[in-house]
Amino acid sequence: MKARHKKLMLIGIALAGIGIIAALVLNAFQSNLVFFFSPTQVAQGEAPTGRAFRIGGLVEAGSVKRQPDGINVKFVVTDTAKSIPVVYQGILPDLFKEGKGVVAEGKLGSDGLFTASQVLAKHDENYMPPEAAHALEQAQKAQETIVK
Amino acid sequence: MKRWIPLILFAVLAGFLYVGLYLNPREVPSPFIGKPAPKFVLPVIGQPGTTFSPEQAKGKVWLLNIWAPWCVSCRAEHPFLMQLAQSGISIYGLNWKDKDREAEALLNQKGSPYIVTVDDLDGRVGIDFGVTGTPETFVIDQAGIIRMKHIGPIDEAVWKKKFEPLLDKLEKTT
Amino acid sequence: MIPELGHFALVVALLLALTQGILPLIGAHRGNATLMGVARPAAQGQFVFVAFAFGCLAWSFLNNDFSVENVARNSFSQLPEIYRFTATWGSHEGSLLLWTLILSFWTVAVTVFSRHLPEDMASRVIGVMGLISVGFLAFMLATSNPFLRLIPMPPDGSDLNPLLQDMGMVIHPPMLYMGYVGFSVAFAFAIAALLSGKLDVAWARWSRPWTTVAWMFLTMGTALGSWWAYYELGWGGWWFWDPTENASFMPWLAGTALIHSLAVTEKRGAFKSWTVLLAITAFSLSLLGTFLVRSGVLSSVHAFATDPGRGVFILSFLGVVIGGSLALYAWRAPRLMTGGAFSWFSREALLLGNNVLLLAALGSVLLGTLYPLFMDALGLGKISVGPPYFNAVFIPLISPVLFLTGIGPLARWKQASLPDMVSRLKWAFAVALIVAVILPFTTGGMNLMATLGLFLALWILFTILIGFAERLKNVQGSLMQKLSSLPRGYWGMQIAHAGLAVGVIGATVVSNFQSERDVRMNVGDHVELAGYRFTFQGVKEVPGPNYVAGRGTVEVEKSGSKFVLHPEKRIYNASGMPMTEAGIDYGIFRDVYVSLGEQLENGAWTVKVYHKPFVDWLWGGAFLLALGGALAASDRRYRIALRKAEKATDKLAAKGATA
Repeated sequence: MKARHKKLMLIGIALAGIGIIAALVLNAFQSNLVFFFSPTQVAQGEAPTGRAFRIGGLVEAGSVKRQPDGINVKFVVTDTAKSIPVVYQGILPDLFKEGKGVVAEGKLGSDGLFTASQVLAKHDENYMPPEAAHALEQAQKAQETIVK
Repeated sequence: MKRWIPLILFAVLAGFLYVGLYLNPREVPSPFIGKPAPKFVLPVIGQPGTTFSPEQAKGKVWLLNIWAPWCVSCRAEHPFLMQLAQSGISIYGLNWKDKDREAEALLNQKGSPYIVTVDDLDGRVGIDFGVTGTPETFVIDQAGIIRMKHIGPIDEAVWKKKFEPLLDKLEKTT
Repeated sequence: MIPELGHFALVVALLLALTQGILPLIGAHRGNATLMGVARPAAQGQFVFVAFAFGCLAWSFLNNDFSVENVARNSFSQLPEIYRFTATWGSHEGSLLLWTLILSFWTVAVTVFSRHLPEDMASRVIGVMGLISVGFLAFMLATSNPFLRLIPMPPDGSDLNPLLQDMGMVIHPPMLYMGYVGFSVAFAFAIAALLSGKLDVAWARWSRPWTTVAWMFLTMGTALGSWWAYYELGWGGWWFWDPTENASFMPWLAGTALIHSLAVTEKRGAFKSWTVLLAITAFSLSLLGTFLVRSGVLSSVHAFATDPGRGVFILSFLGVVIGGSLALYAWRAPRLMTGGAFSWFSREALLLGNNVLLLAALGSVLLGTLYPLFMDALGLGKISVGPPYFNAVFIPLISPVLFLTGIGPLARWKQASLPDMVSRLKWAFAVALIVAVILPFTTGGMNLMATLGLFLALWILFTILIGFAERLKNVQGSLMQKLSSLPRGYWGMQIAHAGLAVGVIGATVVSNFQSERDVRMNVGDHVELAGYRFTFQGVKEVPGPNYVAGRGTVEVEKSGSKFVLHPEKRIYNASGMPMTEAGIDYGIFRDVYVSLGEQLENGAWTVKVYHKPFVDWLWGGAFLLALGGALAASDRRYRIALRKAEKATDKLAAKGATA
């Protein structure tokens, strides 16, 4: 009787533990997963407003404009089909360059301006962030369907 | 039963890892394969007043090589392209976003593997072809349909593995 | 010529590894002493050849032999000599060679320190390690030959990745690999035990010091990596939950669980099958980490060259090693007798709780790391899992582990009393809680996360003191005599736990109380942060050996005392790659950290300034953890076991001689 009791209790504790862990993980995923959208998707209104997501593509050549304070930066991210203006406050990573791949994380305003909280560029000159490559690929597909 | 759980978990994980290996972000499958090559008319480099459009190459299997003078990998594949041209492969070049106008001098100096190479200064035609970088090479068949796209430089191994079987097949259909 | 010799040495090493991996295992199975006798010389020979190959590669790097592709791609004639040497393991191929070298080094260590083991056990352990070595040598020779020639020979190399041109990065990989590969010893012991079916207390005692030493190296390697990211990446972060970092953190968590589970197996004979599974897991995660970093399956801020062909090879190797050992486990585990019953409140139960929570935390890290891959593979879209996820899951799971760290060492084996424990610890609990609640008020008010972290750290520190007091209550003599009477294993545990507390303090304080500013600064401008006044005195161009640096001068002043920091922005000659080099003033209670952003017009720059309180405690804590590991591994009882066994074999030998 006693031994069985103990076993039942252990199983109960284990189940409760698994439940708590699952709840933690699911809850964290729910609120912290960062989805990725391409400029085309954003332009078509697929991206949420008011929730953080990532946007990726190329930094449009000639689009980087610095405010006189040097800290606020404006640039345009493009997937060659559509372009999205981005503002960022802070120092850009070493490898951020016009014409190179970039991924920005932030929120979309109702005016269509993307306010980035983080800008990522890869630590390899020749490398394009996979998300950015993905965005370009999607844009090509989209253009292709338009051509048809 | 429960002692098998670790093995089963690992098997599932390994399955995902295997699939993940082939989700290489660099090898983007082109949506253009099996579709007609985008139309364009562009000036030919080195022959002022002449233009080229894919229509002119109809009836034969040809390669469209997207390149640029500023691209290091393109220089790497240049000698091999020369070899291919000598063995009778039709290669057309598309000189992509050559803002410094260096292509002509470079081809004169190093030799040109191309039947003609056209000038896509603003990169618009490149975008029509879904170019993400240089070099990229398209295989276009007799009817003007894109059959394959290769990203990155071509060397002997790539040629044997990816191009030759396809070209053989395409040649046979005529 | 030299590179060809190196290549040849690798082929010989592969043959020796095959011999070492096959014959002794057959010998152990059949009880054939001749075949078992092959194990040691084959392993030592393999080490000699791998070391020779490594020497050849290092020679090629030091002598700028750019006809070797690996050298041409990862070195440069202007590269300082020390980095030319360390570039040996800066590439994918070179780091594999280092991996293999360290593996054969560990194997040789096993051949030397395994004289007291039964011959069949030692042969199996060395044999299993030989098989792992076969995998790595074959991988290198088949897909990643470090000695490949490049024809025609380029006039100069394309330089080592500037991120790797740094002392921290020089020591980080060898440390990390010592840890990763060190777990192969525990793994080999586990497999040997499964093969022989002899899984007893002696087995746990043999495995323990090896595991602890490997864990110690992994601790240092991970900490070095974190410190490197902190000062080298120029954004002042110390942990990013980046896949590459997780790749070393996951084996560390598994190793930590393994160390504790081994303690129970050694002392009480319980948890045997669990311990074996953990030993397999820790090494499997080390291999998985190598796979994740090398195959390009996951994108990460630290990019290495990626190649799916290599990925397939490593994945198959993973499948054979991990799949094979887990299958062996499933087949043999039921034979393992579990011994030593214990009550629900006892040291065993607390350690089991610690193990389960550590593994849950490990699972959550693994899930977060691989989740983007799962989603992508199932076509559910591209997502990324960032630090918020990890913090939200990891902190709640690891906090109870820290709480248990306080109780576990004070609980009795088999059966402890809860009321007794409460009365021993109530003051520690109360004081820790009160201090942790009040402290945040001194700097800006209520802060729950800070309170949680500080409480757990203080709780651990107080319980350590209580532990010492109780241990020494009945010992005679002066304090020094008393303290030196304690065994090193005990010291090791307490110092490591104290290190944990110190690290938690560092993480808590810096996460909750750091401050930073991004500003535009003209020459002569100043900015205030946390009571410090930073004056920007301009940037001058200074040539380095293989780069040109914009060297900034920033004067920092606080209540009369002054110092000067020199953050740099370097452009490397060969690659044209820009790099930020932070200027840091280290201090026990705070770091002052300045890095340069971009150049603006008229000599103005964007500048990032940080005040990072207690940040160095993080790495101080890691150092204490490693120190604790070193002490525990050198405990007397392992050495006595060694000596006793030697005497026994000597006697046997003597008997044999007289008979």
